[in-house]
Amino acid sequence: MYRIDFNKLRFLICDDNPHMRRILRTLLHSFGAREVYESEDGATALEMYSHYVPDIVIADWAMPIFDGLELTQMIRQPDSKGNPYAPIIMLTAHSEKRRVTMARDAGVTEFLAKPISAKALYQRIMSVVAHPRPFIKTRNFFGPDRRRNTTVAYIGPERRNGGEAEILQQPSLLDKARVSS
Amino acid sequence: MTRDKQHAAMIQTFADHHVITPHNTLKHAIRPTGHRDLDDPVARAEQALADLSGEFKTWMRAECDRLSAAHAAVIARGFTTVTRGELFRAAHDIKGDAPTFGFPAAGAAADSLCRIIEHAPDLEAVPADLIQHHIDAVQAIVREHNTIEKTGVAEELSSRLRAIADDYLKAANKDRPEHLDALAAPSIAP
Repeated sequence: MYRIDFNKLRFLICDDNPHMRRILRTLLHSFGAREVYESEDGATALEMYSHYVPDIVIADWAMPIFDGLELTQMIRQPDSKGNPYAPIIMLTAHSEKRRVTMARDAGVTEFLAKPISAKALYQRIMSVVAHPRPFIKTRNFFGPDRRRNTTVAYIGPERRNGGEAEILQQPSLLDKARVSS
Repeated sequence: MTRDKQHAAMIQTFADHHVITPHNTLKHAIRPTGHRDLDDPVARAEQALADLSGEFKTWMRAECDRLSAAHAAVIARGFTTVTRGELFRAAHDIKGDAPTFGFPAAGAAADSLCRIIEHAPDLEAVPADLIQHHIDAVQAIVREHNTIEKTGVAEELSSRLRAIADDYLKAANKDRPEHLDALAAPSIAP
């Protein structure tokens, strides 16, 4: 049995909706978090990301200026001076399978479809803290390992060559999104 | 195996990819607990949300005002990148927030409006009444929450609107199979 000491973690919330920011702040403070920073658009979030160096980012998808997906891509720059590895939890009202795939391919760590619940958010945070995944860098991808099963029969277009890395057995991002409450 | 000193990461290099294992900087936040630990952070957070729920109706009204203002901008200036984006985000926020705030039928009506904005091939060609009815439905469900949501009228209203919107979108997208597939795909929302 283990727990997370939320007071040792620094969060950055990025959501243009003040009500959702209030909900998130309330949940995180109730979990025990003390350091919770907020931004209302992607550009400000990127600035705050560099300044406050958060441990975990919780980002909405649909936002003005640039959205949560673009924010993720800007954070996931392998050669950046900032930390490109921080867990990013995408919290969004988008609820289509293709959106989960797009988020995963942009480098999102966990996907959480609204409506939000305390339990679902806690589980996502627990997952990124206790079970971090390795990062993969290819010619056209940089982000958390997208493979979540050990199927060796896969012969799709993005099969990796040159050796097998350890694969963490976890449910796929889509499966987790379907049972998030 | 090499080490990225800047980010304290171990790097394994293969033919066409690198596997990078960053130093787990969050490990210090994990604390082992005994079986007698009765602390329940999820229950605490649920209680905090319940304490906040007295404000949800006011918040929903504010979201409705934002939706109306975005729609008024569309009527005044037509669908531009800016007006389309604001109408979509206003509806999208209601879709995501309304179930949390106790207004699931308003969320369903807003979802239907999002589908129109996202999948209509030409927004200027969408019947103005179809969009107006969605705006009116969201407003009515929030305004008359205590009467129509509890009797099932709100759910009936949003599901009929969704059916009409889907019929329109299927006809308008008959030559766009990728949109028909997206429209038919099941939601993953809990």
